[in-house]
Amino acid sequence: MNDAWITALLAQLAAHDVHADEAPEPGLAPARLIRLAAEDWGTLARVAKAAGGRWVAGFGEDNGEEIVINACFEKHGAYLVARTQVNRATPILPSHTPYYPGADRPERHAQDMLGIAFSDHPDARRWSRHQAWQDKDFPLRRDFPVAGRAVGPTPPDDKYRFLQAHGAGVYEIPVGPVHAGIIEPGHFRFQAVGETILNLEEHLGYVHKGIEKIAEGRDAAGLARLAARISGDTTVAHGWAACMAMERAAKHEVPARALALRALMCERERVANHLGDIGAILNDIAFTFGFYQFGRLREDWTRVSQQTFGHRFMMDCVIAGGVGVDINDAHRSAMLHQMTKMRPDIESLMAIVEDNASVEDRIDTTGYLSPEQAKDFGAVGYVGRASNIDFDVRRDAPYEPYDRLQVDVPVYHYGDVAARTKVRFHEILASFKLIEQIVNALPEGLIATAWRNPAAGAEGLGLVEGFRGEILTYVRFGDDGRIARFYPRDPSWLTWPTLEKLVRDNIVPDFPVCNKSVNGSYSGHDL
Amino acid sequence: MLRILAKIQKIGIITEPLPATDQVALEQVGQQLRDRVGELFSGSLAIREVDAGSCNGCELEIHALNNPYYGIERFGIHFVASPRHADMLLVTGPVSRHMEAALRRTYDATPEPKLVIAVGECGANGGEFGVSYASCGAVANVIPVDAVIRGCPPTPLDLMRGILEAIGKRSP
Ligand code: SF4
Repeated sequence: MNDAWITALLAQLAAHDVHADEAPEPGLAPARLIRLAAEDWGTLARVAKAAGGRWVAGFGEDNGEEIVINACFEKHGAYLVARTQVNRATPILPSHTPYYPGADRPERHAQDMLGIAFSDHPDARRWSRHQAWQDKDFPLRRDFPVAGRAVGPTPPDDKYRFLQAHGAGVYEIPVGPVHAGIIEPGHFRFQAVGETILNLEEHLGYVHKGIEKIAEGRDAAGLARLAARISGDTTVAHGWAACMAMERAAKHEVPARALALRALMCERERVANHLGDIGAILNDIAFTFGFYQFGRLREDWTRVSQQTFGHRFMMDCVIAGGVGVDINDAHRSAMLHQMTKMRPDIESLMAIVEDNASVEDRIDTTGYLSPEQAKDFGAVGYVGRASNIDFDVRRDAPYEPYDRLQVDVPVYHYGDVAARTKVRFHEILASFKLIEQIVNALPEGLIATAWRNPAAGAEGLGLVEGFRGEILTYVRFGDDGRIARFYPRDPSWLTWPTLEKLVRDNIVPDFPVCNKSVNGSYSGHDL
Repeated sequence: MLRILAKIQKIGIITEPLPATDQVALEQVGQQLRDRVGELFSGSLAIREVDAGSCNGCELEIHALNNPYYGIERFGIHFVASPRHADMLLVTGPVSRHMEAALRRTYDATPEPKLVIAVGECGANGGEFGVSYASCGAVANVIPVDAVIRGCPPTPLDLMRGILEAIGKRSP
């Protein structure tokens, strides 16, 4: 981690007459925290962009008097949180979207949830709000009741203003929210000519469950349970990020064994998802052999998680202060034994897949995301790494126990479905190596320490590399150890927008495989 | 191609009773399922899965029903793309208010007689999410429900048992 870029950024801001105060004791460590005036918010983004900073997340909070807004940036693994505030009655703020397209939806989410008006936002349409609340209501305002104000059934959301395309032969295909397969709901609006996709517009928010609002007032244990259900496929990583944020806020020491077990579960989760998704990608191009083979491996893998951690997805195994389950020597050898068996199996399957001409024909050059586009959107995880974004929180901003482990990060630059599949394959092998390192050097000792509530106002940031990429979670405590604000930013926020770009000029029948190769979480995004 | 065939032959059929876990019940449940599906649905039960707000954990396990271990299609059960082709709706999640209308419409589009199963703690009672400005809670708060399958998420075997129980409730 090298935070020289932040120091340089502060000098640049000063040169632009922007006064930015750095908090001496941020509470958000390892991120540095600066405060600046609302009118300088746009300049901040312009200067940060010029400095090569990546836009990571934006989130706000109604503290009863003002609305506080945070934006997080990263470069070289060093994180900066910038903070400003606006008046509740006139919550107007310059937008970051003109400089960072990835800020588009997060800002529209903040607009819908908190009522912030981003003055120069290029697209002020609602995003998270459909018809469950009205346009003058903002669920994350203090005075908005958690039960809401609506009575009776919620009407369908058929008034969203999609972009229109005109021209001879252009037609539209509306898809969803209920899709044909066993997948989460969302709406896709295609404009096509013949078989070719001219444009795709996503409309998400269908599984918005009010996670940020219902987090308020929970205790630490309750927040961990909720975080474990932000996105079921990421239950460990989201649980970890939330607990990390709470533990940093409370300056809570977590035993070394617990941290090792968290990493072990997190790597197991990564492998399970990569196996399942590689199979699903192959299914979407009708290579059913691959689908069944990878499905078999995923099931084998999931069963060992059940045997060792007592739950197929290890849900609720991460708790505030540590982990809820320990493993014994028999479990350790079961895991090692399985990997010894599975490694050659996976390698031989990938060799078959890579040599198969009909697979190659479907996934090579399909769904191309250029390195420039990936950088523009701040794409993370395998989507970023397949388009030359060489970033992984485990290696570049290492948290325990990864600071002691060797993390291999595969990177490709050709940005197609094949590259995203290959990154996942290599990440499976990298996770095997990590699991071996962890299992062979598992520290002795406690698996959790008793939770103690921090003082009101304590805040913390969790940063974890989930299987989709970087998760950022913000937590602030109120009185009596109750959560005042919880914001989990799933990596899907940064990868969903790339899907709109990478399907262009592909044929409509290739949309499913393009979508699966990105595999954004609907639930993790919709909150 | 030879390697594909070699792999298929070497792996063989893994769809078998599974030792050392409680999964020995699989074949038994499966057999009963096949019998009941045979009796009541002329050998073929079509299910439309609807995620009405789930965290996607339940979907992962419903997916697993199609992996070669469970291979639910061999018992005459298959997942269909349209509610119009379905005998049964398998509904997950607390019903988010943003999915409320879509769920009602899916229900209306399913021909009578239809069975509805609410899946997971969320489908059964709202789970961790409950009822709020954004969530209607249990599936039964939105459409009529014939049976629930508890669990967070229910395992593939739980799902098979639950489906069996639900079709057992339907008189032939
Ligand atoms: S029951 Fe559990 S796994 Fe299923 S949707 Fe609810 S939280 Fe997710």
